[in-house]
Amino acid sequence: MAQLDKTMRAADVVAQLRDGMTIGIGGWGPRRKPMSIVREILRSSLKDLTIVGYGGTDMGMLCAAGKVKKLIYGFVSLDFIPLEPFFRKARESGQIEAMELDEGQLHWGLRAAAMRLPFLPTRVGLATDQLTKINPQFRTVTSPYDDGEVLLAMPALKLDVALLHTHKADKLGNTRLYSPDPFFDELFARAADRCYVSCEDLVEQIASTDEADARCNPFERSLVSGVVLARGGAHPTSHVPGYGWDAAHLKRYCAAAEEDGGWAKYADEFLTGDEAAYQQAVGGLDAIIKLPRQVF
Amino acid sequence: MSESSAATNFTLAELLICACADVWREEGEVLATGIGIIPRIAQGLAKLTHSPGLMITDGEAYLTETPVVIGAKNHEGRAYAGWMPYSRVFDALWHGRRHALVGPVQVDRWGQANISCVGDFARPKRQMLGLRGFPGNSINHVNSMFVPNHGPRVFVENEVDVVCSVGYRKERWPAGVRNDYMRIHRIVTDLCVMDFGGPEHAIRVVSLHPGVSFAQVQAATGFPLLKADNLRETTHPTEAQLAVIRQLDPKDVRSKQLKDNPPGIRPAA
Repeated sequence: MAQLDKTMRAADVVAQLRDGMTIGIGGWGPRRKPMSIVREILRSSLKDLTIVGYGGTDMGMLCAAGKVKKLIYGFVSLDFIPLEPFFRKARESGQIEAMELDEGQLHWGLRAAAMRLPFLPTRVGLATDQLTKINPQFRTVTSPYDDGEVLLAMPALKLDVALLHTHKADKLGNTRLYSPDPFFDELFARAADRCYVSCEDLVEQIASTDEADARCNPFERSLVSGVVLARGGAHPTSHVPGYGWDAAHLKRYCAAAEEDGGWAKYADEFLTGDEAAYQQAVGGLDAIIKLPRQVF
Repeated sequence: MSESSAATNFTLAELLICACADVWREEGEVLATGIGIIPRIAQGLAKLTHSPGLMITDGEAYLTETPVVIGAKNHEGRAYAGWMPYSRVFDALWHGRRHALVGPVQVDRWGQANISCVGDFARPKRQMLGLRGFPGNSINHVNSMFVPNHGPRVFVENEVDVVCSVGYRKERWPAGVRNDYMRIHRIVTDLCVMDFGGPEHAIRVVSLHPGVSFAQVQAATGFPLLKADNLRETTHPTEAQLAVIRQLDPKDVRSKQLKDNPPGIRPAA
């Protein structure tokens, strides 16, 4: 029997995507985003995407490039720069639809989709403006038990595709995540029909002799449709404990939002070539993987 | 001079750190989350002085019994007691054992706060942070607020533009929705400390910072305020508290948080 081989290139992943798809992106703000795959989307002709996640440069760049019809987000932030500037522009120009969520609601909606449920109940969002001004399509549900409590029915956030970045993967789709916080990557993988994982290190087959290492497997390989080797692929976001985010590059990128035609200039400088050309333009792979980890 | 004696020379930032630390007094073993430099120093001060039971994080994903130093250049010497990734933060906050000290952009007379946007949601005049954790925090556990720029643009006359965190406005609570897990403890500003101890949770001023009058606070607030019966001056930092603050913030990042780093005792207006 032939061994599984899920190895792909970023371009192969993007070839699987279609206009109008709902795409969840793992990571958190400026942390561990599958940016090499995002850059491949930026270079493509894809459009009208719905992007779901705890957003950072991924959402900002996709908005700037006109790829986005709708954002479903817990926030869109670069952490040390609290508001993603291209997201702000897209919002203030009314260019995109926005499903703004509480951070916890987003994980709850992904979890509902992961469990193939239509919704999960929560108190979060009640007594705020969420049901009046932000998401009037949301409904409440009354507990069928004696308490009779009224709760928000957080709708499932079903994804066509999830895109994630991990430390290590093998050709079968086994993965390892060594970051201090795995964020909600597991839920993105489970909420999606197909999940593509980029990784810093791709091996034939992971076979840990250390039980603690096996516990760094964030989800089972049956959820993984493809693995992409992308050393430095999270740049300019962080990939701790490997490398920190590139604060200088992020500032350069944010400055582009302040000038007319700034995004076109950024894209011209960094996105006209392939990933190797990108890495060259930002100082080379060696410089990326040596970026110091941020201290909070 | 005893270590616990009141200091005579302190900055407004240091006074606010002490007033912020006080919001966690007698909270026991809750996750304390201070957002921003002053609240973050405050949570460390609370833990190292009157509230050792507090749980705090390193600002990333771990719980530590030793508050991390502001502005550290590396992770040397850090000691981790537990793990607190965001998934567990959500679990803990939905479970209720948390007290966050948050920084709203707008606050109304009902304690409802906005950090989402100003103007029409579909096309906002100004997009701000978004809802972030405000709906979940506010309906599940105790919160306090820190407002370093007390003025009528923050404390608005009518309801906030987007109600992100729940408050005490009755019309917002339909039958069947539980409101007994929510409580807003205090609001610490650069002028005073307030609570919700008035009739039907009306906001009252409980202490005025040195040199600040009630009339001055009222003039800077878009809705009528009550005076607490025992309205007093905000307690000055002690020498012992200042020593802990210097230990938590050796590079004096706190001095850059308020414009012109004003003294703690301001000349009366």
